[in-house]
Amino acid sequence: MAKAECTPKWNTLALRNRKTCPTPEKSFQTTFTPVSKDKNSQTAGHLAGGDTQSSNGPSGQFLARESIESPSKVLLMLVAGLSFSTRLYMITEPPHVCWDETHFGKMGSYYINRTFFFDVHPPLGKMLIGLAGYMSGYDGTFPFIKPGDKYENQNYWGMRGFCATLGSFLPIFAYLIVLELSNSCTAAIIAATLLIFDTGCITISQYILLDPILMFFIMAAVLSMVKFNQQRYRSFSASWWLWLVLTGINLAGALGVKFVGLFVIILVGLNTIWDLWRLLGDMSLSLVDIAKHFLARAFALILLPVILYVTIFAVHFVVLNKSGPGDGFFSSAFQSRLIGNNLHNASMPEYLAFGSTVTIKNLRIAGGYLHSHWHLYPEGVGARQQQVTAYLHKDYNNLWVVHRQQDNNSQSGNPDLVRHGDIVRLEHKETTRNLHSHLHEAPLTKKHFQVTGYGINGTGDANDLWQVEVCGGRKGDPVKVLRSKVRFLHRATGCVLYSSGKTLPKWGWEQIEVTCSPYLKETPSSQWNIEDHINPKLPNISLSVLKPNFLEILLESHIVMFRGNSGLKPKDNEMNSKPWHWPINYQGLRFSGVNATEYRVYLLGNPVVWWINLASLGLYLTMVAVASIATQRGFSLGQQRIEHSLVLVRGGGLLMLGWLLHYAPFFTMGRILYFHHYFPAMLFSSMLTGLTLDILFRSADLLLHPPYSYWFQRAGQLLLLFSILYSFYLFHPLSYGMTGPLAHEPGSAMADLKWMDSWEF
Amino acid sequence: MLQLPLVVTAQVDLLLVLVSLLAFWTRLSHLNYPNAVVFDEVYYGQFVSLYMKRVFFIDDSGPPLGHMILASGAYLGGFDGNFVWNRIGAEYPSTVNVWSLRLLPALCGALCVPLVYLLTLELKFSHLSALGAAVLLLLENSLIVQSRFMLLESVLIFFVLLAFFSYLRFHNAPSSSWSRYSWLILSGVSCGAAVGVKYMGLFSYLLLLVVASLHTWKLIGDKTISHMNVCVQSVHRVLCLVVVPVLLYVFWFYVHLSFLNRSGPHDQLMSSAFQASLQGGLSRITRGQPLEVAYGSQVTLRSSVSQPIPCWLHSHKVNYPIRYDNGRGSSHQQQVTCYPFKDVNNWWIIKDPGRQQLVVDTPPRPVRHGDVIQLVHGMTSRFLNSHDVAAPMSPHTQEVSGYIDFNVSMPAQNLWRVDISNREAESEVWKTILSEVRLIHVNTSAVLKLSGVSLPDWGFRQLEVVADKLFKAHSSSLEWTVEEHRYGTSQEQKEREAELHSPTHIDVDRKISFWAKFVELQWKMLTVKQEESEHKYSSSPLEWITMETNIAYWLHSSTNAQIHLIGNPVSWGVANLSLLAYQLLAVVYLLRRRRGLKDVPDGVWDQFVCLGCVCVGGWLVNFVPFLLMDKTLFLYHYLPALCYLYLLSPALLEHAHTHLLSSVTHQRALCVGALAVLLSIFLTYRTFCPLTYGSPELSAHQLQGLKWRDTWDILYRRR
Repeated sequence: MAKAECTPKWNTLALRNRKTCPTPEKSFQTTFTPVSKDKNSQTAGHLAGGDTQSSNGPSGQFLARESIESPSKVLLMLVAGLSFSTRLYMITEPPHVCWDETHFGKMGSYYINRTFFFDVHPPLGKMLIGLAGYMSGYDGTFPFIKPGDKYENQNYWGMRGFCATLGSFLPIFAYLIVLELSNSCTAAIIAATLLIFDTGCITISQYILLDPILMFFIMAAVLSMVKFNQQRYRSFSASWWLWLVLTGINLAGALGVKFVGLFVIILVGLNTIWDLWRLLGDMSLSLVDIAKHFLARAFALILLPVILYVTIFAVHFVVLNKSGPGDGFFSSAFQSRLIGNNLHNASMPEYLAFGSTVTIKNLRIAGGYLHSHWHLYPEGVGARQQQVTAYLHKDYNNLWVVHRQQDNNSQSGNPDLVRHGDIVRLEHKETTRNLHSHLHEAPLTKKHFQVTGYGINGTGDANDLWQVEVCGGRKGDPVKVLRSKVRFLHRATGCVLYSSGKTLPKWGWEQIEVTCSPYLKETPSSQWNIEDHINPKLPNISLSVLKPNFLEILLESHIVMFRGNSGLKPKDNEMNSKPWHWPINYQGLRFSGVNATEYRVYLLGNPVVWWINLASLGLYLTMVAVASIATQRGFSLGQQRIEHSLVLVRGGGLLMLGWLLHYAPFFTMGRILYFHHYFPAMLFSSMLTGLTLDILFRSADLLLHPPYSYWFQRAGQLLLLFSILYSFYLFHPLSYGMTGPLAHEPGSAMADLKWMDSWEF
Repeated sequence: MLQLPLVVTAQVDLLLVLVSLLAFWTRLSHLNYPNAVVFDEVYYGQFVSLYMKRVFFIDDSGPPLGHMILASGAYLGGFDGNFVWNRIGAEYPSTVNVWSLRLLPALCGALCVPLVYLLTLELKFSHLSALGAAVLLLLENSLIVQSRFMLLESVLIFFVLLAFFSYLRFHNAPSSSWSRYSWLILSGVSCGAAVGVKYMGLFSYLLLLVVASLHTWKLIGDKTISHMNVCVQSVHRVLCLVVVPVLLYVFWFYVHLSFLNRSGPHDQLMSSAFQASLQGGLSRITRGQPLEVAYGSQVTLRSSVSQPIPCWLHSHKVNYPIRYDNGRGSSHQQQVTCYPFKDVNNWWIIKDPGRQQLVVDTPPRPVRHGDVIQLVHGMTSRFLNSHDVAAPMSPHTQEVSGYIDFNVSMPAQNLWRVDISNREAESEVWKTILSEVRLIHVNTSAVLKLSGVSLPDWGFRQLEVVADKLFKAHSSSLEWTVEEHRYGTSQEQKEREAELHSPTHIDVDRKISFWAKFVELQWKMLTVKQEESEHKYSSSPLEWITMETNIAYWLHSSTNAQIHLIGNPVSWGVANLSLLAYQLLAVVYLLRRRRGLKDVPDGVWDQFVCLGCVCVGGWLVNFVPFLLMDKTLFLYHYLPALCYLYLLSPALLEHAHTHLLSSVTHQRALCVGALAVLLSIFLTYRTFCPLTYGSPELSAHQLQGLKWRDTWDILYRRR
């Protein structure tokens, strides 16, 4: 719209050129001036978000780009160089398993060995780790048993190097994002420096962990989103599509690594809604155009990520086709897919008979096996009898023997089949107690009755009798192993055996509650199937279990993951990290080594960086408050000030939103939390710092006159740089390893650096 | 000069008077029936009793104002606190004035009806809408039930509605009148009261703050007003809406704490210093104790981890088993544990490592921060010892024992350094009750602490005490305070035992400031977690919208007369419909306005938005937080949110009537429809009345007829 006005403006601009970063500075002005011009001409800037670059026609942008490019490219190279060198330095140290490498390294090995396992996170991160290991010649044989195990001759550098490489991209992305948002390379450099020299970011990037991969995708998604936002006046051009599709791909990547990726999806979603809202208000666009915009985004940001995400899982299931430690979490049908599982091409007696030894699996997803053990219900929880629970792992305590009502010796003679309507007694094989229920309330689900193990050697009472009912069956139907859905009705009370899905407290070993429900509705929670079936008297027949289709597997694995996630409750004794600890860098995580003689790595942010970030958050809020009150009140501000406040409100607002989205949800989470959960938020916070401090320094002329304000600006930048570098020098042993006495002991090199009592290095 | 004739002109809104009278009638009639404990009265009643007896308690369910209101009702009725609240359905004796116990909540519940009427007017809707809202509230069975007993929801709803009403009154008043600030103050006061009754009030308060700050933001943007004026007005708002509620909130605690000055059942949750400020209890024991711990002092050491029960450092004449069940070995020395009961074995004597004597010098030599001491167990004379042997239950930590020399090259390591962690706040000298002390083992620099695990049967299920090398700072499980204390006078073991058995003596009491008590109490209330378990009538928030569950409040001991918390299903449906309709309408309006199509004039749009902010916003803030909570929740938690929807429905109807429907026939149809709905609401109200008021008694067949949903639990007595 204001394209015509751009050209003459540029000439006058050179006059207001300030010297921070001479060449780029000039060009930034170029990009911005027409904007402010716009602002002034349209008194009410109601097309919020719309007009930042409205006059940047293709030509304007091109010119601006070209002049930015050379110095910012140099800086970019510098950032990249520093970032890679800090991350890759001493990458193979320490040569033993550190912290969660024991999980993720192991899972990488599982991919190489194609062994099925269960983890609470989606598979992409571990798949990439496995791939990196495979490419670098790691053969997947190292067991990763516990932290501290020596790698010896294994090729572990590939996996670490891969994570570190992705981690090295973070400062680069931060640089580009801030540059894009603020058009100031000072701000971008500040943000990048904060990240490059943060010991926490270095440490977390250097090991075989999911976090560097996750953060890579998060930052890449934000970067593509920001780039896409800049393309808004070149709708449907090639670069517009490129960035849009890249955003979608990275979103899928982020979610594919950890569910934390959901937060960046929300961020992008909000940004998109905002963008569409702006388009909707643009009267020059017809509704058809808007529909096109909407569909394009729906395709690239919803459909595409979903397809990619599903593909990741498809690959996951195709690759992992051997039975492994994760089997028990999944349904019988699922397990039959896995080579080596006893249900794969299973061969067992086809119909359930008296005298058989069986495992009974709940049909609810992640329902577990009917389980009992010697421990009793504690006092005050119903009757003090033996616990009966549902347990997700395969275990001898999952075995039950099916008996007739009376006789104990059904082993003799030809076994009779159990049929619909028969009365059975289920005896727990290990403890010889009978499955029993009575009119006491269940431990957690108070509306249900308690289920216990009762009696000795199979002698119990009338409350031990259960009626077998095949769902959809008629009287006399036999019970098919694996394929029949069975319900167990308690004879005396008429209730039905039920797995509530609630986790018992510590006394129940955090297994799942089993109750007897008086509500007889048929739900998967009250349906069971017979999984293992051992009866030497009956011929084994090869059984084909119904293979589940892909969507069922996908759904099932998600439900299992969510269960697993919410099951990670903090233990009473464990010191657990609280979300408010994180921004103040209250307490770190021990990656490796405890004692003085060991090689110790401690995950802790560079305190100077983190505290600057924290202060900047407050500073940012104050500055935005001042700026927006001044605008609202209608004070006349200089053009430059208006630009600054725009950058603060829009660019800063986006980053602030990102920080909030990646931080605030943790306050509501019940699961166990760790310090490293803050790192994605910390990236946003650092970028915000870059942007805020840059504008703060530039606003020095509010207080000081020109030459002094310039000096102040320079001094501030230098001071900042120096303090970050010096603190990095001080704290670098945290990342690159320390030996010698612990910091709270005298004589340690780190003794003076233990600024907070809670740090444990 | 006096002007004649003397005229008083009064305008009375007869509709308002009428609905108020009806409200009083529905809420207050037969208030003392049933003459038995109904549902949560059993919970609130115990606190009322404690108030009457001025006994200190903690209730983590909410701040004290709610309890105080209930207690003041009881006080007016002359209740003396002598009633055991132990069972729902227990008959009140004739000495208990049931009417007065239930009066205040019922009054609040009744006043909600006229308040809703006025609030609708302040939202700038017509008297007819106001009447509609009032009737919806009036005929809502669940609100009636909840108001008629000694429960707090109606009080909360009352204060929340009052806050919004007075704020809107303030906002709508012409800016020239100064009297409008009294409305603002009233709004602040009711916010403070709402938060003081239940924490849920906080969310409504925040909503009000958001609305107020939006209005203030507009004010700031108004360039016709001078800067000075804007400043003054903003400061006024901050004072009335932020400062006043906060001060009030603290004031409720001030009253609470100054009122409850006797020790009681919850003492032990609090710190020793707090307990000592209460009459009786600990202060009775600790009065007259010497303040400064000296060499030769006899002390009991209480662990600062007061959850769930307090415990004291303890030892007894039993050794650790040589081998534990899992095959690990122990030192076989004397057990040291933490014991949750007062016992003579909790006494320890502080000894100077350099000297032999166990009595206090004259003048006493106080122990200071950094001093190294030995601790001698009073009854067995064993030294508190720790060494590099794995503790019984937490093998990563060191065992703590009473040292016995078995001559197995396991030397005594019984020196402990005193580290007073609150020495900045208190003093360098170790003081009874006030100082929080860590005992650091000199040889290994491990810290004496409670592991949180209880020992198995060989340790009498007492709590395990260990020394932990990992210096997990600021973990309160490391700190110990001296609770009982006296200067030892007898050097002989026999005399000393006699001395230990004798009770401690009496004198002045120590004071901690109100702020310290307030902070401690507030912190405890927010952090004390009661074992949450499912209740027979608990429900999940999503079930509330469709009223899947009900709650049986009371059942007559011999007949079928019963009281249930069941809402009026028709009104409930109307509420949900209007919520949906508003959202749909808002989305359509918003999209069309964005495209420049203004369906309604700006004034009406503002009114519509304001309605949404207050009603839909109010519903959201009172509903969504429950989705995130893992507390045991009940249907009555939904009632505040429901009230907002009742406010919304008639207003929305009026909006549709005046702005959406153009033809007269449609408008008439709408009116007829509304009337029909009102009539059916009245009929349903009548139908459910027996379950609301508990009389008349219904036959099992009739009760069956009232079971409109399968999931409702209505009780039948088998005859």
